[in-house]
Amino acid sequence: LLLLLYTNAYGLYHMIIAFDELKTDYKNPIDQCNTLNPTVEKVKKIKRVKIAIKLVLPEYLIHFFFCVMFFCAAEWLTLSLNLPLLAYHVWRYMSRPVMSGPGLYDPTTIMNADILAFCQKEGWCKLAFYLLSFFYYLYGMIYVLVSS
Amino acid sequence: MSTAGFNSQNGTGTGQTYANGPSQNPVAPQQLPGVGYGMAHQPTYNPMQAKAPPPPAHPGLYPSGPYQPVTPVCSYQPGPPHTSYPAASGQSLLTRPLMGGPPSRTPPQSASPGPRVPAAHATPPPPAVSSSGYYTNPQHPMAPAWQYNAAPQPMGPPATISTPPRGPVAGHVNPASSSTGPPPSTAYSPAPPPPPHVSHNVTQPPGPGMSRSPQHGYTQPGTAPPPMTPMAPHAYQPNRAPYGPPPTGPPPPTMKPAPLPIGLPMATNATPPPPRADGTVAGNGPPAAPSGYNHVDNQTGVPPPQPGTPGLHLGHYPSLPPGYQNTGYQNASAPHNATSPMHPAMQHATQPYTQAPPPYQQPHGGPGPAQLSPSLAAMSLQSTTPEALRVVNLLQERNLLPPTPIPAPTPCLQQDLQKINCHPEVFRSTLTSIPQTQSLLNKAKMPLGLLLHPFKDLSQLPVVTSSTIVRCRSCRTYINPFVSFLDQRRWKCNLCFRVNDVPEEFMYNPVSRSYGEPHKRPEVQNATIEFIAPSEYMLRPPQPAVYLFILDVSHNAVETGYLTVFCQSLLDNINALPGDSRTKVGFITFDSTIHFYNLQEGLSQPQMLIVSDIEDIFLPTPDSLLVNLNECKELVQDLLKSLPTLFEKTMETQSALGSALQAAYKLLLPTGGRMSIFQTQLPNLGVGTLQSREDPNQRAAAKDVQHLSPATDFYKKLALDCSGQQVAVDLFLLSSQYCDLASLGCISRYSAGSVYYYPSYHHQHTPAQVECFQKDLKRYLTRKIGFEAVMRIRCTKGLSIHTFHGNFFVRSTDLLSLPNVNPDAGFAVQMSIEENLDDMQVVSFQAALLYTSSKGERRIRVHTLCLPVVNSLSDIFAGADVQAITGLLACMAVDRSATASLSDARDAMTNAAIDSLTSYRQSVLTIQQPGLLAPACLRLFPLFILALLKQKAFRTGTSTRLDDRLFAMCQLKYQPLVYAMLMIHPALYRVDDLSDEGALNISERTVPQPRVLQLSVEKLSREAAFLMDAGTVMYLWIGRNCHPNFLTQVLGVPSYATVPDNLYLLPELDTPESQRTRAFVGWLRDQRPFFPSLQVIRDESQLKPTFMQNMIEDRTESALSYYEFLLHLQQQISK
Repeated sequence: LLLLLYTNAYGLYHMIIAFDELKTDYKNPIDQCNTLNPTVEKVKKIKRVKIAIKLVLPEYLIHFFFCVMFFCAAEWLTLSLNLPLLAYHVWRYMSRPVMSGPGLYDPTTIMNADILAFCQKEGWCKLAFYLLSFFYYLYGMIYVLVSS
Repeated sequence: MSTAGFNSQNGTGTGQTYANGPSQNPVAPQQLPGVGYGMAHQPTYNPMQAKAPPPPAHPGLYPSGPYQPVTPVCSYQPGPPHTSYPAASGQSLLTRPLMGGPPSRTPPQSASPGPRVPAAHATPPPPAVSSSGYYTNPQHPMAPAWQYNAAPQPMGPPATISTPPRGPVAGHVNPASSSTGPPPSTAYSPAPPPPPHVSHNVTQPPGPGMSRSPQHGYTQPGTAPPPMTPMAPHAYQPNRAPYGPPPTGPPPPTMKPAPLPIGLPMATNATPPPPRADGTVAGNGPPAAPSGYNHVDNQTGVPPPQPGTPGLHLGHYPSLPPGYQNTGYQNASAPHNATSPMHPAMQHATQPYTQAPPPYQQPHGGPGPAQLSPSLAAMSLQSTTPEALRVVNLLQERNLLPPTPIPAPTPCLQQDLQKINCHPEVFRSTLTSIPQTQSLLNKAKMPLGLLLHPFKDLSQLPVVTSSTIVRCRSCRTYINPFVSFLDQRRWKCNLCFRVNDVPEEFMYNPVSRSYGEPHKRPEVQNATIEFIAPSEYMLRPPQPAVYLFILDVSHNAVETGYLTVFCQSLLDNINALPGDSRTKVGFITFDSTIHFYNLQEGLSQPQMLIVSDIEDIFLPTPDSLLVNLNECKELVQDLLKSLPTLFEKTMETQSALGSALQAAYKLLLPTGGRMSIFQTQLPNLGVGTLQSREDPNQRAAAKDVQHLSPATDFYKKLALDCSGQQVAVDLFLLSSQYCDLASLGCISRYSAGSVYYYPSYHHQHTPAQVECFQKDLKRYLTRKIGFEAVMRIRCTKGLSIHTFHGNFFVRSTDLLSLPNVNPDAGFAVQMSIEENLDDMQVVSFQAALLYTSSKGERRIRVHTLCLPVVNSLSDIFAGADVQAITGLLACMAVDRSATASLSDARDAMTNAAIDSLTSYRQSVLTIQQPGLLAPACLRLFPLFILALLKQKAFRTGTSTRLDDRLFAMCQLKYQPLVYAMLMIHPALYRVDDLSDEGALNISERTVPQPRVLQLSVEKLSREAAFLMDAGTVMYLWIGRNCHPNFLTQVLGVPSYATVPDNLYLLPELDTPESQRTRAFVGWLRDQRPFFPSLQVIRDESQLKPTFMQNMIEDRTESALSYYEFLLHLQQQISK
């Protein structure tokens, strides 16, 4: 579980970097893109947005998986902490722009300063939340281990 | 009064002013009598008055105003802010007078104290220019800030001071500047009381005594000032800076108190015109050139010159008298008054004010002082901008519309900078003075943004060929006129402030052939310049011009008969297609299958290849579908001749547009280029299928309009793919049924294409549409084109781009990808201020467009705009460009209706007006005063907002087809500001009495210049004929009792009853009337790249409602009249 969570946080971190890149690396997108995404050959911004898109669904799924686990384990407190985020994820996905494939971000609007700033802020908030919950779970696990 | 004032102002020349003034005076006096006005008003505006009473007390509030806690909310948002000041509402007319007194807080007012006396005084000094003058004059004493206001004498000096700098410029500049002269008539004129009077106030003086007394009711003589008020505006600014200084005093002026004998005034007013003329002349419209100018541009191209210098403008148009514009303006206003019989009272009231308005134009013009030290700058600003800030009570001034098209305001820059600044038609900012901080911008509640027309056809464009293009090493800015040279070897970037070396090559000036004068190079002398780029600016060899035409040949399409027109147009213009020897063309037709045409050289006739597998489209042959135009011209011509007959009998009704687009994309993949789609129905087969989403019963629904956003992302994704491969898609939609432009339009929107829409096109039933289609096609086929373009917009550190509007794909925060760029594309950009611009006096914006010309040359067109930075709200308001703001708001509203809802967008627009006027009232005006007050530069703002609300794109309650609405939205976003403004607020001219008076002379043709009339039925008369120019369409309205002379001489029909309903061309009669009318219509058409069709409308024709819908100031079943809208605004503001 912890590992998963960590993965999630890491993935999110990447997403934030991707957005940050979008915002700041306009001076030389090609170089920056290469350092960030060595595997991506085409270095257009569109591609980078796609990376972000690819990270979204796994993140949501992992978070959903966690919630299910907590539910099964009857960890009501933890679950209640996570439910708002889950609800937010559902809402966010329901209100995504019209698109045929999975994904959350529209390459044609992502460059709008408001949307970009919002996505970045959202990313940071979630990162903080995941980190906190990571330590909380860690604490919970150790506590259980010790007490048992 | 006002008139006089204006004149003087305009006149710039002090001397002149006076002259004017005097003459006017006579007239003025009558009006003046503030009293008179008051009276008038009352009747008219009773409501207001009622409220008024309380006001007096309020004044106090105002002072605080400046600082008031305006919520930072953006203007766009419906901020809470509105309400904050209750006081405002309260102020009624009555109060005002009082106010003057009470306001005591504000020093100025105190002045007023002596009521009657004041009158006397007031008048004198102030002439007050009503503005501060009134109040203070007497008081003068007030704070230093006030000084201006205060004693005339003091003023004089200050004024002068400020002016001095301008002085030189002054002439051009605003009248204000003109003031420099001691006499500065208007503004501070105070000094010589008499003169002042003359000028605006003229009225005052006379009035003063008299009128005031009447008022006295209020006593507070302060009121006296009222009369003056109109003018007042000027003064304050200075104060602003400090903030505190509410000086504004102006408000009081408004007082309507004075109403007097309006009737008389009228007469007087009427008279004024003449003076104005003078004024104007003198004034010369420093500011942007008036209409004349603009036109010129179109024709000419880039006018190097900036608005700043009138001379330049004129240059183009010899015929124009310098003053021309202004004059026109003034005159117009005057005439209006005269003409409109309607509400005398109103008019009277208005007149005074109206006259005032004219000044506007020139307003900022000044070569401002911008560069001076802040304090100095502030002072100077005052003097220059007063006109822009003159307080206008919108409820009382009716004839605010200038008689000629509105010129763009000129930023307050040093004259030398202003002269070389980018032309406003190419590059324009909503605020010609940039606020220092974001919080200041939020307080002003006006949108900050740029409107660009980067690829505009220009006649004088300096082109530089050099192996090294000098750019800043850190931010890559191109060297431009606004950089500073530290010495001969180093220059400092004006965007990032890095110091760069001047390359050796740059030391040599090819123009003068001299060495060692880098600052004389063309790059540093022109704000608009084009470079021929060396190979480092190419990612691949420049592409050839490639044109692919995709034609709908289904039954529906054949019915419309567009194919014949298209083929004929292309045949006619095939040699005029921009390109070189590598130019390629190709054709695809489609119905339920896709047809390709093999045009390979050597074939005896074109070979049609049909692909019916539309699910998995492929190209039947790899090459020879796109062929070299020069080598295969005959085959292409054969094809074009046979195409219309080829499908004559088709019964295929389905349309596989999606597959055809995919095929076309594959065809253009290797080269990039342009595809033009001609579509006549909803795509209903294969990929990209769309459903009809429109419910005809909901067209007139007052509630929210649905389906403004795309139904599928197929077209958007395809457009992005196209954009990546440098393919642009232009869409011609000729359909009588719903075509889902919301979805289809995406294909052009994200690939930087353009959209043309001909509703109900039919080759026999709608001849006007056919004509329009033909002309548009001709322009489309032959206009300039740039391939594989990118545009980057850089701005001084601290500013950043918030949102782009137009057709393109945003590749980075400041980079637009434009597979094609054409001369008719406009862009808008919203800006935000990220860091405070504390220590900067000017900021610059640079738009660099890198493109491949049709000749295969890589070129860079660079536009640089320089604007002053200010730190006071009054300066921001003074620099507001109402047209640009309207244009930007329209773009924002289009976005808002797609992302939120139409009603949201409508609310946002209304709130934009409410917020900015509230902010003005609370922060800039120091004295509470009843009425709906606006600075002169924003006086048309509510009108334009109302026009937007009644525009096809945003109206509700009137039956509007969804596609019509969406097309209007596309156009608002895509068209350059000048054309968009015509769509928003059409121009109405009376054309049955055209005369050569004031006419322009263009290439041997005499073009009459009738006045622009207000869009109100009140202006129509049965005895006349009117031309309404709504951008894409013109209506010629014939009154029932129209003079037979006009009917026979211009329309060639014997009587009204015989005017044909389907007349869409003016007959070419050899009479002077006909020549004049045709010259005028032709001239209007020449100014725009598309072809407006002309429709003749009689009282009983079916089109009458479409004509009447454009009568924006009138009430309709579902929308407010202009006056009601103003009342609504006022209510909201005073809440």
